[in-house]
Amino acid sequence: MEIFGIPLQAFLGQLMLGLVNGSFYAMLSLGLAVIFGLLGIVNFAHGALYMIGAYVAWLSLEKFGLNYWAALLLAPLVVGAMGAAIERTLLKPLYRVDPIYSLLLTFGLALIAEGVFRDQFGVSGQQYPVPELLQGATNLGFMVLPNYRAWVVFASLGVCLATWFVIEKTRLGATLRAGTENPALVQAFGINVPLMVTLTYAGGAALAAIAGVLAAPVIQITPLMGSNLIIVVFAVVVIGGMGSILGSILTGVMLGLVEGLTKVFYPEASNIVVFVIMAIVLMVRPAGLFGKEK
Amino acid sequence: MTFSNANSARWAWGAGLVFLLVAPFIGVYPVFLMTALCFAIFACAFNLLLGYTGLLSFGHAAFMGSAAYATGWLVRSAGWSPELGLLAGMLLAGALGLVVGLIAIRRQGIYFAMVTLAMAQMIYFVCLQVPFTGGEDGLQGVPRGSLFGLLPLASDLTLYYVVLAIFVAVFAAIIRIVHSPYGQVLKAIRENEPRAISLGYDVDRYKLLAFVLSTAIAGLAGALKTLVLGFATLSDVHWSLSGEVVLMTLLGGMGTFAGPVIGAMTIIGLQNFLADRVGSWVTVIIGAIFVVCVLAFRRGIVGELLAWQQRRRQR
Repeated sequence: MEIFGIPLQAFLGQLMLGLVNGSFYAMLSLGLAVIFGLLGIVNFAHGALYMIGAYVAWLSLEKFGLNYWAALLLAPLVVGAMGAAIERTLLKPLYRVDPIYSLLLTFGLALIAEGVFRDQFGVSGQQYPVPELLQGATNLGFMVLPNYRAWVVFASLGVCLATWFVIEKTRLGATLRAGTENPALVQAFGINVPLMVTLTYAGGAALAAIAGVLAAPVIQITPLMGSNLIIVVFAVVVIGGMGSILGSILTGVMLGLVEGLTKVFYPEASNIVVFVIMAIVLMVRPAGLFGKEK
Repeated sequence: MTFSNANSARWAWGAGLVFLLVAPFIGVYPVFLMTALCFAIFACAFNLLLGYTGLLSFGHAAFMGSAAYATGWLVRSAGWSPELGLLAGMLLAGALGLVVGLIAIRRQGIYFAMVTLAMAQMIYFVCLQVPFTGGEDGLQGVPRGSLFGLLPLASDLTLYYVVLAIFVAVFAAIIRIVHSPYGQVLKAIRENEPRAISLGYDVDRYKLLAFVLSTAIAGLAGALKTLVLGFATLSDVHWSLSGEVVLMTLLGGMGTFAGPVIGAMTIIGLQNFLADRVGSWVTVIIGAIFVVCVLAFRRGIVGELLAWQQRRRQR
């Protein structure tokens, strides 16, 4: 069976890869949106935190023999704690000045992280094995679906929806959103806003780390894996607009699929398709697909 | 700016120029100086945008790099003369700047930075894939030729003074632009954009022109660098260079004329010095300078000097 002259199996395989990439885009752009929402900063270090998440998984297996599931728990804790420390010591003094300074600061942090990891582990990629439970593939009749890829899509969408639920539907989320609107007033109600801000940044960092662990078995772990991805994620964020949580999840998944489709029909353009879409969206709807016009 | 302030700035620039004129004779390697001057031109172009218009472009390497490739290819493979090659590189970068600028000025602030970064990454991928750039190997073996068919540029010393002349021209042009009525409008946009709009200025057109001017000068820097070094590579279009030019401007002092020059010289000198000594720690050191500048040193070297001078005068 063929679609537009392309074997169905290859077509669906690429679509699946696109969906996997889309899940990573969704998780990372969600973290960026959450941090941007409350702190008003663009976290350039997000890619580095994702990279560190993957290295935590790899290191805990190599050095301590901790398995995938332990890493999935450990990495967000470690990276989240790093995030909290960064927010408390470095970002805090910058809330009063122009937001471009915090962008530049996090850019500097990303360079530092990249340099340190490159010095320690070199530029060649590290392999991380697929956990035993998720090895193999399931034959769906029309395609063979690798179990791990299905898990990535399932797990990351689960994490995304859980984040959405916490922010949009719980009391904690309501406080967070109120803090975005008017921090002084929320503080007056006796809520510790600075702590909330720290936890939000830590939470965003933890999301990036989970994405890093999920990605570890399907990619080459390198010090540069974060910065290559984060630029695409920035484009995703611009396309979606940072106004809505659900919007950034949806945009991420959608663009992953579009990229997958481009790989099938015109592979040369697959690297740039997201950027082209960004340019078109900016011309037609500058606030982004889900953004609100100011 | 008071009269004496402007006067002392002129003295400092004059001293800098004298140093640059004699530098090759007091033991500074001309190729290093030329590279540093090219990056100084690049940083000055960037400063026109960040320092005087308040627009943070995070994709300026794309313009420098694509001009570097264009000039390299035209001079080497199409046999163009160096002056036409430089002009073509500059025009191409300006044209690319027009396209990217039209898209990017639709968003403000941090979004502007993200959009320019994304568009620059697109240009990077195009450079990676089109055949004439030589992909990972880069475009090599670009001859220097002779300027206007009269002045052979093969000697490092001759080329150095040509580069220096171009640098001085760019520096003067930027001072002229900033002090013109147009430059005053740019500063008004930087200080308070809504107010500039309400005064009836078509802010987007002013910003777009600043973007095009800045990208064209960045292109000139890239084109010149190709002539100096004889090659253009992917690192000329890579985002890390876009980050470096932000750092050069920030470290030297954004919104000052001499700041980007000092910043560029410092960073290029530092990279040159560190490259053989600390390996991949160069990135770490650059990142650390970023962090320190942002946290404690936002006015930059020249900005701090000016502030110190002002404090002294008030006493």
